[in-house]
Amino acid sequence: MLSFMILFPTLAAAGLLLAPGGEETRARIARYTALGVTTILLGLGLALWAGFDPANGGFQFARNAPLFAPYFSWSVGIDGISLVLIALTVFLMPICILASWQSVTKRVPEYMAAFLFMDSLMIGTFAATDLFLFYVFFEGGLIPMFLIIGIWGGARRIYASYKFFLYTLLGSVLMLLAMLYMVHEAGTTSIPILLTHNFTPQAQTWLFLAFFASFAVKMPMWPVHTWLPDAHVEAPTAGSVILAGVLLKLGGYGFLRFSLPMFPNASVDLVWLVWALSMVAVVYTSLVALVQTDMKKLIAYSSVAHMAFVTAGLFALNRQGIEGGVVMMLSHGLISGALFLCVGVVYDRLHTREIDRYGGLANIMPRYALFFLLFTLGSVGLPGTSGFVAEFLSLNGAFRASTWLALIMTTGLITGAAYMLYLYRRVIFGTLTKPDLKGLLDLSPREYAILAPIAALVLWMGIAPNIFIDPIRAPVGRVLARLDAARPPVTAIAHLAPAKVGK
Amino acid sequence: MTDLAQSLHLAAPEELLSLAAMLLLMIGVFRGDRSYTALTWLSVGFYAVAGALVLLPGSQGAAFSGLIVADNFSAFFKVLIAAAASIAALLALPYLKRSRTARFEYPVILMLCVTGLFIMVSASNLITLYLGLELAALAQYVLAAFHRNETRSSEAGLKYFVLGSLSSGILLYGISLVYGFAGSTSFAALHTLLAHGLAIGPLIGLVLVMVGLAFKIAAVPFHMWTPDVYEGAPTSVAAFFASAPKVAAMGLLVRVSTVAFGGATDSWRQIVAFMAVASMFLGAVGAIGQSNIKRLLAYSSINNVGFALIGLACGTQAGIASVLFYMAVYIAMTLGAFLCVLDLRDLDGQPLEKISDLAGLYRARPGLAAALAIFMFSLAGIPPLLGFWPKFSVFQAAVDTSLFPLAVLGVLASVIGAYYYLRVIKTIYFDDPAAVVAPRLSLVNGAMMAGAAVFCSPIGMLAITPIVGAAQAAAASLF
Repeated sequence: MLSFMILFPTLAAAGLLLAPGGEETRARIARYTALGVTTILLGLGLALWAGFDPANGGFQFARNAPLFAPYFSWSVGIDGISLVLIALTVFLMPICILASWQSVTKRVPEYMAAFLFMDSLMIGTFAATDLFLFYVFFEGGLIPMFLIIGIWGGARRIYASYKFFLYTLLGSVLMLLAMLYMVHEAGTTSIPILLTHNFTPQAQTWLFLAFFASFAVKMPMWPVHTWLPDAHVEAPTAGSVILAGVLLKLGGYGFLRFSLPMFPNASVDLVWLVWALSMVAVVYTSLVALVQTDMKKLIAYSSVAHMAFVTAGLFALNRQGIEGGVVMMLSHGLISGALFLCVGVVYDRLHTREIDRYGGLANIMPRYALFFLLFTLGSVGLPGTSGFVAEFLSLNGAFRASTWLALIMTTGLITGAAYMLYLYRRVIFGTLTKPDLKGLLDLSPREYAILAPIAALVLWMGIAPNIFIDPIRAPVGRVLARLDAARPPVTAIAHLAPAKVGK
Repeated sequence: MTDLAQSLHLAAPEELLSLAAMLLLMIGVFRGDRSYTALTWLSVGFYAVAGALVLLPGSQGAAFSGLIVADNFSAFFKVLIAAAASIAALLALPYLKRSRTARFEYPVILMLCVTGLFIMVSASNLITLYLGLELAALAQYVLAAFHRNETRSSEAGLKYFVLGSLSSGILLYGISLVYGFAGSTSFAALHTLLAHGLAIGPLIGLVLVMVGLAFKIAAVPFHMWTPDVYEGAPTSVAAFFASAPKVAAMGLLVRVSTVAFGGATDSWRQIVAFMAVASMFLGAVGAIGQSNIKRLLAYSSINNVGFALIGLACGTQAGIASVLFYMAVYIAMTLGAFLCVLDLRDLDGQPLEKISDLAGLYRARPGLAAALAIFMFSLAGIPPLLGFWPKFSVFQAAVDTSLFPLAVLGVLASVIGAYYYLRVIKTIYFDDPAAVVAPRLSLVNGAMMAGAAVFCSPIGMLAITPIVGAAQAAAASLF
């Protein structure tokens, strides 16, 4: 089933590229096929969730075929963490297709094919249980995203696409070397076996840093986040949604799947590094977000800040923090994706993202204003939305790990509220003075269909988060068991100290 | 007598090709340039037979008192060379006809060159090595200048000849030093004679031999001729140069290093490692400023040779296997890229060679654009395309032998290299159409291009198991 979910969109994409016919018919066929395929995948994703046993912390639906011996094998399987992220991916995909229904007019079949490839690769990344299969999917995602930004992007799209590609490639190749070393040491490419392999502490430090180089860029963490605002601003709306919703989750997923359980000693030792970068990121990017004049750039910087919550949560190295980090990934995927869609709605009408060009939209687009408000508050972390659950859990975890970490991270909540509400006030409130805004239409049925499901999910996750946390409990427990084994034995030191004094 | 029969049997592919070249020459002389097409197809048939002869059971062993050897290693390379030569012969058909140089000598000289390449990869004696190398090189000089009415082509041929002869001289000097100090020219004998470290005499000999061979594979710092020759030579010839001779020279270098100088691995490892690093970086950086796509591909081939040399620098069986795997995939990628270049013409039939001419190619020729994009991403080594896996295998070999600095420098160079490959893709897909590109002419070239593109696409990953298996068997026959 997982293999089918991975291969099906690719085959459909190949079909779209090869489909004959005139430009108009091909475009129409491509739109409906892509929508159909992604909807089927959504159904399959739900079926996956339904058939998933949350009590089992191991990999389920596992399949293994030694197709690519001696280098790696086609080996897939999911645990709870993969499950929720796959669910997020398949949920956002049909929305992305719908969001580009009218705004993309040139080379539609190629566009839809690129998204379907993306779908394949992202599901594959989360489902791979072979180290190099993971790498293939992880890196392969660069190609469609490079093309999406470069072909259908905005004015500075070429610069942005290069920056995106080379930044992430540079991070990943170091990870590749680390993977080669791991396979050399452990003698297997299987992730489940590597998860229980104990590398020497010295090797762990180097491996951790190599993986960190890759995941920190993907995440993105300060100071290697600079590709993100550029990529977001230039990407088409649906590209931004996928970027924020799914691609950014690869970094967090990588930390949780590889760095923490495979290099527990290094994770415990180097926790200060991640904390420091997270704290800088929250303060710095929040302040930067305050002064942005471009809506997408503002949301992109807010993404970096939110991702810092993820890293702070994950590296709090306790249950609340890690679960909070995962929920933050899900919540941010929905909310940030939705915010980009909201920007896309007005961008489709006015073709500008300058905040100054808007104002008083509440007067003519009340329904739009309502949705925008919900997602803004979700981003800020209002209780009742998924953002609150995520921030509360990860800050709780951070507080248990270090008061200072929690203190600095909490300032992100305040500045976050400031820049989001400031954005909202400038775009939505006020009097409608600008003449070209007066003719704007409120949401169309298609836009409802895009925003309403996300809104429902944001509220659902905010009110009853347990449904989403249940599947990740058991795998997080396993990660914690690995980390606890690596932690310096605190009690033993307490015993030793008085003995020394006594002498 | 049985010895001779046995030797003749083992050298059957080489004999077949030399006789076939004579036969083709005779036909050509009597029938004139009309016979060009027929001769080309005939030569492809002979390559196929020669390739099949190599794979026949019982065709392995040392022949002519150890002057040449037929083993898994030479078989692997001969199959590659025969395949590359067939493609190179076929892709020239429409190109030479259009440029009015469709002379019958082309397939004949090509076949003589291939004969030399076959001897090169089978050589197990320094004399045979030189024989094969010179036979191939002489044919290559002529091929480079095949457009004899064009200054660029003549210039390329002359440049190649002068520098090539110089390198041959250096190689020969090295051979004479090695022979003089060690007392033998046989690889196997040298292996034992030089097993206890090198004195200064044979060391200088080793360095000079390495220099001569490095020139043939265009490894930095002996690469200067490559961009000029690739740019000036007819495109079909450049495609051939980038594939078969380079692969054969790499095979020769591997055999000389691991067999003849196998006892002195530490002496040549640093040379190879330096050439690897220098080639990777110079190939990557040098390509950035190029505006001619043939020059770009020349730098790309330098870059790729650097990566392959990492595998050789490991000196282990896994390292050698990775070099062979690298070469097999490299041939497909580079021939595919050249096929795309050959197909680029404006409406008057004039070849388009500037990268800026590719702008907006997707609109006029979506299939060609997609194929070129696949080759570029593949050459850049981005998974899941097949081009990633050879790089993967050399890095794996380097990590397994703890050559970490080499591996780290390698991945950094691959990121730099990715930049200029991306530039081609950017021009194809992101820029607005500039030049008018004529529609496809040759069905055969289109089919070969499509085949290479499918091979380099993710589907090609299914070929990893058989190719790597063959490469490992081939590498095992050296140790």
